[in-house]
Amino acid sequence: MAGFDLTALTASFGGERVIGPLSLTVEAGQQVALVGKSGAGKSTLIKLIYQRVAGHAALVPQELGLVNALPVFHNIYMGRLDEHANWYNALTLIRPFRKDREEIRSLLERLDMKEKLWVPTASLSGGQRQRVAIGRAIYRNAGLLLADEPISALDGPMAHKVMTLLCERFQTSVIALHDVEMALAYCNRIIGIQDGQVALDESSKRLSANDILNLY
Amino acid sequence: MFASPTVRVSLLFVAVALAGLVFADIAITTSNPWRDLGRFFLGVVTPDFFSTEGLATALLRTIAFAFVGVALGSFFGFILALVYKAYPVRMFCAFIRAIHELFWALIFLQFFGFHPLTGVLAIAIPYAGIFAKVYSEILDEADPEPARLLPPGTGAVATFLFARIPDCWVQLRTYTAYRLECGLRSSAILGFVGLPTLGFYLETSFSQGLYSEAGAMLVLFYVLIATMPLWVRPKALPFYLVAAPFFLGEGLPIVWGNVARFFTEDIVPAPLRNNEGLTALGSWFGDLMISEALPGIWNTLLLTQIALVATGLLALLAFPLISTHFGGPVRRTSGHVALVIARSTPEYILAYILLQLWGPSMLPAVVALALHNGGIIGHLIGRQTNGIRLRPDAPAGFNRYSYELVPRVYRGFLAFLFYRWEIIMRETAILGILGIYTLGFYVDSAIQNIQFDRALVLILLTAALNIGIDALSRYIRRRLALQTMPTC
Repeated sequence: MAGFDLTALTASFGGERVIGPLSLTVEAGQQVALVGKSGAGKSTLIKLIYQRVAGHAALVPQELGLVNALPVFHNIYMGRLDEHANWYNALTLIRPFRKDREEIRSLLERLDMKEKLWVPTASLSGGQRQRVAIGRAIYRNAGLLLADEPISALDGPMAHKVMTLLCERFQTSVIALHDVEMALAYCNRIIGIQDGQVALDESSKRLSANDILNLY
Repeated sequence: MFASPTVRVSLLFVAVALAGLVFADIAITTSNPWRDLGRFFLGVVTPDFFSTEGLATALLRTIAFAFVGVALGSFFGFILALVYKAYPVRMFCAFIRAIHELFWALIFLQFFGFHPLTGVLAIAIPYAGIFAKVYSEILDEADPEPARLLPPGTGAVATFLFARIPDCWVQLRTYTAYRLECGLRSSAILGFVGLPTLGFYLETSFSQGLYSEAGAMLVLFYVLIATMPLWVRPKALPFYLVAAPFFLGEGLPIVWGNVARFFTEDIVPAPLRNNEGLTALGSWFGDLMISEALPGIWNTLLLTQIALVATGLLALLAFPLISTHFGGPVRRTSGHVALVIARSTPEYILAYILLQLWGPSMLPAVVALALHNGGIIGHLIGRQTNGIRLRPDAPAGFNRYSYELVPRVYRGFLAFLFYRWEIIMRETAILGILGIYTLGFYVDSAIQNIQFDRALVLILLTAALNIGIDALSRYIRRRLALQTMPTC
């Protein structure tokens, strides 16, 4: 699955509507940035899309969803558990195969943390943990990326590096970003969310940072 | 302060226990209890390790029974934990863990005889029920998020192996290690019904007044438990598990005819066995209830409530012994030793020793239960206080204890205490075998009189009582919003 066409997206918490009802169509090849105030409903929208595409997307949630007790290798490997038989997965838990080791090591190299391959994720810093979750999403090999603030804990150069990598690996994506400059630089479509509704939907070529800041 | 629900519940329990004291038989009946106690302590400090050659064998058998029993219990408990959501599984587990190891041993002894299987199953069966409950609670605690992120089409086995097990592996391991320690205690007391473990030799030496010999066994048992972190190593475990079955001893062969007879004749209520009709069955059951079950239940409840409050008081008094908020390192180290000894000694052995010294009454049982359980809870609460950071100008001494610490740990304390309520009742029932008139006494007498039908009804009643107390305890904990992880 690359693009999607969803209608009647809506979510409520404790009887209060936080998102929608709204419709959203994303074509293959569109890299969408979700922008808006915190609390506008960006995270909820991302979770909603993930549910509606029935998991057929690589997801980087804000809370990352890592298994802290497992090393970096296994957390990333989990992106493709569906591709192998049970015995293969069970053996990998004890002793990974060379082919997978090498593939994940080269992926980690792109994320600047190949020396952390066998470190349990519990002992990593916030930024490193974030990169592990991104690594898992990339390794997942899905046509669509859904990411919720994937670079919030990364410093400048690393944030650019990761965004370049994500754009290279995913032709279609929906990424919630609070950094307006990043959104304009790496995405070709900007969707602004305000009070659970789409308040802005424009190609990034036709927008400047100031147009977006009105949402905040 | 009296408006606080936790305080009101505590006072209610204290009032019940005080009322219970009026009816309870609390007395020291031996003519010279303190001289005997003195001789016993003299024995403990002058242990004689070389008197019987049986000592090493007994120790080895104790470890072997513990390993095989706990390993089987943990294996089947884990499998049951996977289907623990199903109501019949829950009921089944609640039932098998409500019956004490010694009761299971008494049952198996009747048809397997002194075969190693008796001891192994006596540990494995109730432990499987406990493991199933705790493992499933631990597995439920695992973070659900990683499993949600897996690609669709990921199999259940892979999901379980990657997204569930690693997240709770440490808790599973810690809990299993703790249970192995309990298994050593259970294994030791199985000797009291005749299996070849430590309890058997302890009882023999004690009844002959050989206190130095008994002291040696106790000392070795403490050393065994205290050094567990040294010899129970992940790498050595497979070796222990493979070796353990070979050290259970030969025992006596199983007579399969006995097994068949036990199930088809012995446990069938006598009036049915003799075709005397339903009226006879009714009067048989009525007689059993009035002459044995009801007095047994009354005494069991009485002793449980008194022991529960005594446990609580002792835990509250004992926790400062290891708390970093009081005293110096010397006091804390000796406090640690005292609490480790209190909690390492099985209640049953403590009660047995005190009964020998003070004569038969409820007093030795109350003291034994309070020492063991108070030691455990005091230890846990003391450790909890070490995590509390007090302001620099906090009061010292008794004011620090009563204003700063007790209010902060009180809810945790109550949670642990109510968690152990059911455990205290299980033990109370079993202490009857030592001659206190709780349910265990009537079970034991029925077995002595070869009335297995009566014994079985009494054991089932004991299990029902336990399940009831467990439900009540969970209700109270939920009402007071007390939470515990099963660490004790």
